[in-house]
Amino acid sequence: MIMSEIVLIGLNHKTAPVELRECIAFSEDETATALEALKNAPDILEVLLLSTCNRVEVLLVADKEATAVESAKHFIARFNQIPISRFEDSLYVHRGDDAVRHIFRVAASLDSMVLGEPQILGQIKEAYRKATLEKTSGVVLNRLLHRTFFVAKRIRTETGIGDHAVSISYAAIELGRKIFGSLENKHVLLVGAGEMAELAVEHLIRNRVGDIAVANRTFERAVELAERFEGSAIKFEELVHTVADVDIVISSTGSPDFILTRQQLKGLMRKRRNRPLFFIDIAVPRDIDPEINRLANTYVYDIDDLKGVIEENIEDRQREAVKGERIIDEAVIKFRQWFESLEIVPTIKAIRSKLEAIAETELKKTLQGESLPPSAHETVRRMAHSMVNKILHDPTAVLKRDGCQKGQTHYLDVARKLFRLDE
Amino acid sequence: MELLIIITVLLYMLSAAGYFAFLFYQKEILYRAGFLLILAGFICHTLTIGTTFFTSGQFPARNLHETLSVAGWAIAGFFLVFQSRFKLKVLGIYAAPLISLVMVAVSAVPKTPIEPQGIFKSFWLISHVSAVFVGNAAFAMACGIGILYLIQEHGIKAKNPGFFFKRLPSLDMLDATGYTCIIVGFTFLTFGLITGFVYAKTVWGRFWSWDPKEVWSGITWLFYAALLHERLTVGWRGRRAAVMAIIGFAILLFTFLGVNFLLKGHHGGFTGV
Repeated sequence: MIMSEIVLIGLNHKTAPVELRECIAFSEDETATALEALKNAPDILEVLLLSTCNRVEVLLVADKEATAVESAKHFIARFNQIPISRFEDSLYVHRGDDAVRHIFRVAASLDSMVLGEPQILGQIKEAYRKATLEKTSGVVLNRLLHRTFFVAKRIRTETGIGDHAVSISYAAIELGRKIFGSLENKHVLLVGAGEMAELAVEHLIRNRVGDIAVANRTFERAVELAERFEGSAIKFEELVHTVADVDIVISSTGSPDFILTRQQLKGLMRKRRNRPLFFIDIAVPRDIDPEINRLANTYVYDIDDLKGVIEENIEDRQREAVKGERIIDEAVIKFRQWFESLEIVPTIKAIRSKLEAIAETELKKTLQGESLPPSAHETVRRMAHSMVNKILHDPTAVLKRDGCQKGQTHYLDVARKLFRLDE
Repeated sequence: MELLIIITVLLYMLSAAGYFAFLFYQKEILYRAGFLLILAGFICHTLTIGTTFFTSGQFPARNLHETLSVAGWAIAGFFLVFQSRFKLKVLGIYAAPLISLVMVAVSAVPKTPIEPQGIFKSFWLISHVSAVFVGNAAFAMACGIGILYLIQEHGIKAKNPGFFFKRLPSLDMLDATGYTCIIVGFTFLTFGLITGFVYAKTVWGRFWSWDPKEVWSGITWLFYAALLHERLTVGWRGRRAAVMAIIGFAILLFTFLGVNFLLKGHHGGFTGV
C-alpha cells in the first residue's frame, strides 16, 4: 500500500560532539537553500529543517522512506562538504510514531541538553516558519507542527519542567560562583547576540554583576543590547583590549573561526595580573579557542562542557519529565489516529473512482448498441451510479469507523488488496 | 598525663570522623560536632601542655615528644581561630586528621630524658619558639587550602565537577584564605627568626652561625618571601600559588624534622626550629 511516512533524521548533543555539530549546523540563510534542495529530492514530499547549536534535524514526509533517508544523508554531506562516514554513526533515524514522539519531546525540551530550557520551542517555531515560507511543509507537517506547539505548551503549563530556571545560563552561573565566590560587581562582556546568551546576561544581572560591555560585528546591534542591559557598547576591534578588564565573557557570535586565541590570551593574563577569567562559549562553531582553558586562571566552557554541570541538578526535574512523557504518549496516539485517517479518505476515494470507472465503461458498452431508446439512457446511467453508491456505502462506513482505530491499518490493507488499488 | 594525651588523641580523631561525615552528608550538625570535638581536644591538649609548663617551669619544647605536641597544639589552635574567622568548614577534613596524626606520633615518640637547662626560660627563646610554631601552623593550613584548591580547580578545568564541586568553596575563597594564611605564617616566621637571631646573639655572641637548621629556616623564609613577592608584583595566584604553598610546607617540614634527623647542628638536641 502506498502510504507516506513521517521520518526524522538528525544528530544532537547526545550523539555528536560539538566539533561535528559545528560542521553540520545550517545558518539561517543556508536553511532556505537547504529546504528547497531537499524538497526537490525524489520521494520527499514535505520537509522541515531544525538547526540549533545542540541539534540538526530533518523532519520529512516521504513516499519511500529508505530512499528519502539516503538522499537526506547525501544532501547533508554534499552541502557541508564532509564525507558521510564522518557523521553517519552519530545519526539517528526515527520513523512514524517514533519520529512524532521525537519532535514532541524536542519541542517540550525533554530532549534538551538543559532539561526544560525554554529556547527550543521558539527555535522550532522559527524552523516551521521558514518551512512555510519556502512552501516545503504540507498537510502532514502543518498538522504535526501545530500539535507539537500545543503539546509543548501543555507540558510547560502542566508539569514543573519549565518552572526551574534551568538553562545553560543557570549552569554557567553555578560555575561562576565556584570560580569567583560571588558574582557581585564582576565585569561582564557579551560578544555577539542570541537568545541563550542574552538569557545568560539577564541571569548574571540578577546576580548583581557589575559593568556590562557588549561587542557586536554590527555596532548598532551592540548599542541596542547595551541599552537594554544598561551597559556600554564597544567596537568589535576593541574586543581583545576589553577582555583584559572583564571577569566573565559570554560569547555567541556566528563567526566561523575563533575570535580569541590562546596566543592573544597569554599576553592578556599577564596584563590582568592573573585575575581569573571565565569564558562561556555558547556559539557553534565555537568562538573561544578551547586551548585557552589550559592557561592558568582561565576557564573556558563551551556548550558541551556546561552539560556536565547541569546533570548534577536535574534529578528532581526527572520526575516532572515522566509526567511530560505521559502527555507526549497521549499526543502521539492521537496524532497517529489522525495520520491514519488521512490514508482512509484517499483509499475510499480510490475505490469509488475505480467503481465509477467500471460503471462508466460498462455504461458506454451497453449504451453504444441501439437496443435502448435514448430516453432510457439517463435512467440506466442513474441506476449504475446509485448501484456504485449502494455498494460503497457499507465498506466506507466500516473503513471510517474501524479502519483508523487503535492503529489498525488492517482494514485499509485488505480494502486496497481487494480492489487492487496499489497495482 | 598519659590519659589526658589519649583523650586528646581520641577527641581529635572523632573530630576528624565528624568532618568526614560532614563532607559526605553535608549536614550542619556533623560540622558542629567536628568543631566542638576539636575544641574539646584542644582544651585537653592545652591542659596537658600547661601542666608540663607549670610543673617544670620551662617551655615544653625540649624533646621531640614535646615539640611535636606543641606543633599539633599550635595547628589546632590556629585552625580554631581560622575556622571562626572564615567559613571554610570543609577544611576540617584536612586539619583534624593532620592534628590527629601529629598526636599519634606524639604518643608513639618516647619521652627522652631532659637535661635541666636554663635556656627554656629565656624570653627570646620562648618568643622564638612560639612565633615559629604559630607560623608553621599557618603554613600547614595554607598547604591544606592549597590542596583543596587544586582539587576544586582540577574539577572545574577538567569540566568534570563531580563529588567535590558542591562540597568545596569557590576558587576565589580558597585562594584568598590561603593567601591570608601565608601572610600570617610569614609574619610569624619573620618574627620568630628575628627573635631567634637575638637569642643567638645573647647565647653565642653572633646572629648567624650557619647551623643547618638556620640555613634551612632561611631557605624556607626566602621561599615564602618569593611567593609573596611574585603575588604582589605579577599576581601569582590560583593554581601556581597553591602548588607553591604545598611545596613551601614540604620545605618547612624538612626544616622542622628532616634537618634534625639527617643533619646535625646546635638545634639537634631539642628538635624545635
